[in-house]
This record gives sequence, C-alpha cells and structure tokens, in this order.
Amino acid sequence: MVTTFHYLMLSAALFTIGVIGVLTRRNIMVILMSIELMMNAVNINLIAFGDRLQQVTGQVFAIFVITVAAAEAAVGLGIVIAMFKNKETMNINEIDLMKW
Amino acid sequence: MNFLDLIWLIPLFPAIGFLINGLFGKRMPKTAIGVIAAGAVLLSFIFSAGAVLQLVQLEPEARSHTKELYEWFNVGQARTGAGGLAEFSVKWGYLLDPLSAVMILVVTGIGFLIHVYSIGYMHEEDGFYRFFAYLNLFMFSMLTLVLGSNYLMMFIGWEGVGLCSYLLIGYYFHKKSAGDAAKKAFVVNRVGDWGLSIGIMLIFVTVGSVEFKEVAEKVHEGVVAGMFHVSDPIFITIALALFVGAAGKSAQIPLYVWLPDAMEGPTPVSALIHAATMVTAGVYMVSRSNFIYQLAPEAMLVVAVVGALTALFAASIGLVQNDIKRVLAYSTVSQLGYMFLALGVGAFAAGVFHLMTHAFFKALLFLGSGSVIHAMHHEQDMRKMGALRTKIPTTFITMFVGTLAIAGTPLLSGFFSKDEILWQAFSSEHGHVVLWLIGVTVAGMTSFYMFRLLFMTFFGESRVDHHTEHHIHESPKSMTIPLIVLAIGAVLAGYVGLPAWLGGSVFEHFLEPVFEPLPFPQAVAEGAAGAEHHSVGLEIGIAAVSVAVALIGFALAYSKYCKRSWEEQREVRQYGPLYPALLNKWYVDELYDALFVNRAKGAGASMWKFDSKIVDGLVNGSAWTTVKSAVGSSWWDRWIVDGLVRLIGGVVKTVSWPLRLVQTGYVQNYALVMVLGVLVFIGYVLWGTP
Amino acid sequence: MLELVLFYIFAAMAVVSAILVITSKNVVHSAAFLGGTLFAVAGIFLTLHAEFLAGVQVIVYVGGILVLFVFVIMLISVERAEHERQYHRQWIIALITSAILIVEISYGFYKGRDSFVLPPAVIPPAVPAAGNSELVGMALYTTYLLPFEIASILLLVAVVGAVVLAKKKTPAEE
Repeated sequence: MVTTFHYLMLSAALFTIGVIGVLTRRNIMVILMSIELMMNAVNINLIAFGDRLQQVTGQVFAIFVITVAAAEAAVGLGIVIAMFKNKETMNINEIDLMKW
Repeated sequence: MNFLDLIWLIPLFPAIGFLINGLFGKRMPKTAIGVIAAGAVLLSFIFSAGAVLQLVQLEPEARSHTKELYEWFNVGQARTGAGGLAEFSVKWGYLLDPLSAVMILVVTGIGFLIHVYSIGYMHEEDGFYRFFAYLNLFMFSMLTLVLGSNYLMMFIGWEGVGLCSYLLIGYYFHKKSAGDAAKKAFVVNRVGDWGLSIGIMLIFVTVGSVEFKEVAEKVHEGVVAGMFHVSDPIFITIALALFVGAAGKSAQIPLYVWLPDAMEGPTPVSALIHAATMVTAGVYMVSRSNFIYQLAPEAMLVVAVVGALTALFAASIGLVQNDIKRVLAYSTVSQLGYMFLALGVGAFAAGVFHLMTHAFFKALLFLGSGSVIHAMHHEQDMRKMGALRTKIPTTFITMFVGTLAIAGTPLLSGFFSKDEILWQAFSSEHGHVVLWLIGVTVAGMTSFYMFRLLFMTFFGESRVDHHTEHHIHESPKSMTIPLIVLAIGAVLAGYVGLPAWLGGSVFEHFLEPVFEPLPFPQAVAEGAAGAEHHSVGLEIGIAAVSVAVALIGFALAYSKYCKRSWEEQREVRQYGPLYPALLNKWYVDELYDALFVNRAKGAGASMWKFDSKIVDGLVNGSAWTTVKSAVGSSWWDRWIVDGLVRLIGGVVKTVSWPLRLVQTGYVQNYALVMVLGVLVFIGYVLWGTP
Repeated sequence: MLELVLFYIFAAMAVVSAILVITSKNVVHSAAFLGGTLFAVAGIFLTLHAEFLAGVQVIVYVGGILVLFVFVIMLISVERAEHERQYHRQWIIALITSAILIVEISYGFYKGRDSFVLPPAVIPPAVPAAGNSELVGMALYTTYLLPFEIASILLLVAVVGAVVLAKKKTPAEE
C-alpha cells in the first residue's frame, strides 16, 4: 500500500538532491536546474497531501508553483544571459564582485 | 598806526619765524632762513620801538598800557588767605610799561644783532635751519616773559626760555658733553621753577589775582588798610620762593652750576641767552615783584647777600680759567650777582640799569670771543692764543672796548651802572658797608681777569699752533658789523643813567612809576629825608674808589700778562695752594654730584633693576609658564584625546577584520548558510519546543 | 499492488535522474536528465490522481522551461567550462549539511506518520466522477480567482523583465 509517507520521503529525497546541487555545482545552469528539482519536490509534496485530503487545493497550489517556477526560470535565465555578456563564463565562482 | 595796541605782535613775529624755519627750513636755502629769522626779530624791534615811543608820549603816571587778547582760563571761585573769595581768571594779555619797555628794547635790539652775527658764524654748520628756528622760538618765549601782563604768562615764557636753552645748549647733540650740559641746565632750572611756582600760588592765595597791575593795587590797598605789614611772614615766604626761581634762572648760588657748562652751546647762544637776556629774567621778575619785596626786608637782605657772595665766588673762579668762554661765563654769573645785590638793597632801577649795560658789553664780549674762536678754527683755550691783535684788528678793538666797559672805565656804560650799584650798596637804608666792600673787591677782580683775558688773547708772544696760524683771518662783515654796533652801545648806553652829581638818571626817572614805594605809615617821613642823607662828595668819593680799584686790577694784569708773557708755572705759583681749588671751581660740581646727582642716579638705577628683574621677570615667568603648560596640554591632546579617538577606530577595525571574511562573494556560500539556518529552525521545531 | 510497483518505478526514475542531473559533467546531459526527472514526476502525479497537473507538468515544465534552458545553454555554453573544476570547494560541508537535512526531515515525517492516516470520518465522500480538470478549473476560477489573476500579472512582469535583461543594446543607447 502506498501511503502518503512514501510520497513524502520521495519529495524529501528529491529536495535534498536539489539542495546538494545548488550548494555544490559551479555551473550556473546546473544550479538553476537544481532549483527546478527542488520545486518539483515541493509539488509532489503538495499533491500528495491534496490527494490524502481529497481536496483539489493541493493541485491548485501546485499550478501556481509551476507558474512561479516558469516566471523565475525566465527571469533567471535572462539574468544569466546579461551576465554572460559581461564575463563570458558559466562558472558562478567568477561572479564575486560582492567579495569584501 | 597804534603800536600800543599792536604789542601782541611783538612776540608773534619770531613765533611765525620759528614755524616757517622749523617746518620748512630743511629745504630752504641758508640765505632765506637767515633773512626770515633776523627779519622777524627786526620787525619785533621796530614794533617795540614804535610802541615805546608812543608810550613815552603819555604822562608818566599813565605810562602803562595793557592789551588783553582773550580770557585764557577761568576756574571759578577760590578762597584767598584773607578769607575772601576771588575768581581765578587768567587772561592772555600783554602789558607795556616802563619796565617791560626797557626789556623789549634790549631783547629785540640785541637779539637782532646776534641773529645777524649768527648768519655768518653758523654758516658752515649742519642744522642751520634748526638753530634759527630755536633762536626764534627763544625770542618768542623771552618776549612773552617780559611782555606778559600776569605771572602765569611770565611763567610760560620762563619755561619756554628754559626749553630753548636746553635745545640750544644741546645743539651739538653729537657731543656727550653738550647733551650733559643741556640736561644739567634744564634740571637745575627746574629746581628754581619749583620755587617760582610756589611763589605764584602763594601770591594768588594772598591777594586773589595774578595780574601784575591788580596785585600791585591790592598790595597797595592792603598796606593802606593796615592788612599787610612789613615783615609779614607770608610776604617773606613769597619773596624767598620767588627768589629761588630767580636763583635758578639767573645763576645765583647755589643754582649757578649750569651756566659755565652751558658754554657747550654755540657762541651766539651764549651771547644771547646766557649773557644778555635769559639770565636776566630773574632780575626782571624780582623787579616786577618789587612791591612784595618792599614788604619783606629780610628777604631783600637774603637777596643782597646771595648776590654779593655769588659775585665774589664767581669772580674768584674766573681768575684762573683758561677757556675764553668760561671766563666770560663766570664773569656773567658775577655781574648777575651785582644786579641782585642792587635789587637786594632796594635799588631796583640800578639793577635794571646794569642789566641793560651788561647786555651790551657782555654780548659784545661773547660775540667777540666767538670771532676769535672762528678765526682760531674753533680753538677756545687761551693758552694756545696770543698776539692776535694785528691779525684780527676789528675784533680786537671791539673787545678792547668791551673790556674797558666791564671793568668800569669812566665815561663808558659799565662805569655808570656799576657805580650806581656800589653807591646804593653803601648808602641805601637796606645797604651795608660790608656789601659795598665785597662789591668793590669784585670790581677789582673783574678788571683783573678781563684784562688778563685781553692780554692773553691779543698780546704777548704767539702760542698759536703752527698749522692754525695760517688760517687766521678776520671774520666776515655779518659778524663784525654787529660787534661794532654793540661796541658803540657799550660806550653810549650809560649816558641815560648819569649819577645824581652829574645831572640825575633819566633811566631811573623813567622807571619810577614801576618802583613806586609802598605808602608805609612811618616810612613817609623817612623816605623824603633818606634820599638827602648823603652828600655829593661821598658819592664822588665812592666813585673814585671804584675807578682806583679798576686801575689796580688793570695794572696787575698788565704786569703779569702783558709785559711778561703768560707762563703756566708762574700762574700756578702766584696763587699757591688756592690754585687747584680755583681752577676746579671750588669742587662745587663734585659736591653736588656726591650729594644729589649720584643719589638720584642710584635711585634711577635701582628702579630700572626692579623693573627689569622683577616686573620683567614676572612677565617672562608667566610666558615661560604658559609655554610649559602648553607642552602639557599638547601632550594630553595628542595622547589622551586623540588616543581615545584612535582607540575607537582601532576597535572597529579589529572587530570588522575577521567579520568581513563572511563576505566571500560566492553565492553558494550564502546558500549554504541559508540551509544551515533552515536546519537550525527544523531542529528547534522538532526538539526545541516544549 | 500495481500502484506500489508504478510508484517505485517512477520514484526510482526520478531519483536516479535527479542524481544524474547534478553529477553530469556535460551541461546538456544535465538538461536531458532533468527532462527525465520531470517526466518521472509527471508519472508520480498520475499515480496521485492529478491527471490535469501531470499534463500541465509535461507541457509547461518540459515543453517550456526545459526548452528554455536548452536554448540558453546553446547560446552561452562555453567549452572551457568542461575542463574546469565542477564542484565547489565547500562540497564536503554541503554534503554533510544535506545529510543532516534529510535526516531531520525524515525524522520529522517518521515521527508524524500516524497523522497521515486519517480516521474514516474525516475522509470526505468520494467525489462525483467529474473529470479532474473540471474540478481544478472550477476551483481555480471561483475560489482562487485572485491568486490566479496575480499569477498572470506575475508572468507578464517576468516576460517584460526577461526581455529587458536580455535585450541587445541598440547603437543609439551605446
């Protein structure tokens, strides 16, 4: 029997993998993709609970999350492109102008 | 033109001359300066002569004209000694009466001649304009003195001539001796002026006025009313106080010491100021105040005795002096003594008469000596002169005339005036035989030393320095003409004062209104009889004694200095032990130095020491303290105040230095921190909450 | 039974793809694996009876966002990046932190697993056999209308922002 717990664990796993990706990889694109992973993990969580409670609220919330993810991806990639015009690198470590 | 109303111009002309020469003289040519200066005095003389002529046309009792210009100051009511109230109002006014008439004629006339002489004598000097400016200033002061209508105007003139004396004695200010002599003259004069001021103040307190005419009137009234009596202590005091002033200005004992030193000034100055005019101011003042002296016979005795002693003392010093001007200076002191002797025995007119004749021959002698000095290229020591009579004849002849006059040769002016004094000293009710004897002795000494001067200078062998000998020449006309004029005056001036046995003195008669005797109750009977007391024969006898004594003096001088040439050793021997004392002026200057001068200098020095050590020390000490405390406060500021500020900065720096490492610039570092924060939150929720 | 199997298949696919996303050297490979993960998640949605959302997931996420990613990678990808270090210097700490994170979250879920089983009384009645899309649409346009509109404005803002950011400067602006 698949309980909600299974889905939650899956969601936790995916989320953690996303966190590892954000904290570890140097390539900007990979970081952005890890963020998408995290968002998907959240969506699984939401819908699992929605299903548990037999409500459609979870799904509606998940739609909004997808919407926001799309917007954020668009803007984020725009920023990446703008940054790339300056420095020609995908290495996030080279963007360290805020360094002391 | 009414000269009488214009008498205020008489002092004004030289004042204008002083201003012009003083302010602009530096850029004016010498001729212009001389003309302006002498011309001013000439104008004064003309106006004086005109005024006197007009005065003489008035009745004798009315011969007094006051010209008041304005009220100088008025300090309101003051209490007089008599208990009444009087207003202390002083007017700027001029009084012309017989006494001041004589004075202004003498002052302007002889002054003019000396101005002309100076044009030639001072020609090579620097500061030519300065000399004439001062000389004109002197004329202004002297004329104010004799023409002023009250004691305070006289005092202004008195101080003014003292100032000019200082300025002119110190004319050669490069020489220390000249500066010292000028200082000495001024300081000694000041001592006399103190007496004069007290006298004037006492006069006001006693009678309530300082105007000459008013004081005379009030004294007259007081005597009539019985308020003032002979020998009243107040009048003795006033008379003595005034005489202290006269002693200072007219060089009597003990304040004569400045006059010989005053010879440091140029010779025309010696002639004008220290022979003919300034030194006679004392005589004028005492004469003017005759009504006060008439009330104080004790004071008159003092005046006579001091005058006689001064005459004797000064003559003794003059016997051995070797500087030609020194001899003349001591001679002046001696002759002034004669004048005061006359005043002291009540013969005011005789004193003034001698003043006038003395002005002529003493000025003549001084100018003549100036001519000799000029010819000898500024050599003044008679020991280096001799046999000059052929080389400078005009000078010789005029000086010879002057010497004859001063010795009292009959028919010359000196004879008449000196003889009158000696007669009065003998016969007047205030006179005394001893006074007469002293006077006769002095006459002999005068004759002796004056002929000594003449013989040493013009006769005998020439002791002149070879290199000076070539330069000896007669002086220019500007110098010799005044000499000739004065010589004529020295001869003729005496004829206005013929003695009683030769017709009576016009001069004395002229001055009578000024010297009116006070109407003492008991004196009325005596006075009329007194004049007739002595016979004509006695008078002639006295005169003969004077002439004889003068001849003895001449003979002695002739035998010692003309027949045999002057030799120093002989002179020393003939006076024996007295010689050093006579040569060193009886050591009076040294005495004064020890008694007064050195004490005053010491006081001044200790004041200076106090000032420089203590007062300046305090100032320096406070400065030092300020500097040191400034060091302290600067240390405080640098280490403590700034340290505090730097400490704060240091703390911030130290704390921030590790903290900044947080800003690595790497986004992932920041993300890690965020995740750590989330962990903490979750941990708190799971395990932390109660 | 079938549910369990399907769940595990999709779950395994998602996790494996996710791991491969973050460990690939090549960015394009990462993008591809991301696509795999997204598909797997869509499958999960299906097992959760969220059919509409599965469709939206595939269309929007895979068809839109992933394509966008691929475009950008194509535009700005640099060869140099393949030869550099791939992992940040802080990877040890990151790993530890993440381990702690998952432990904590699991622990939390484990502690509360009993609450996931609702008593029969609470379970709402089975819904009528209206389609899932209809249900979602109804909820979206009535109860959640405001958030919906705001979301659309958000999208507009994002579009404008993206255009501005990536715009090439014309010669006039230089």
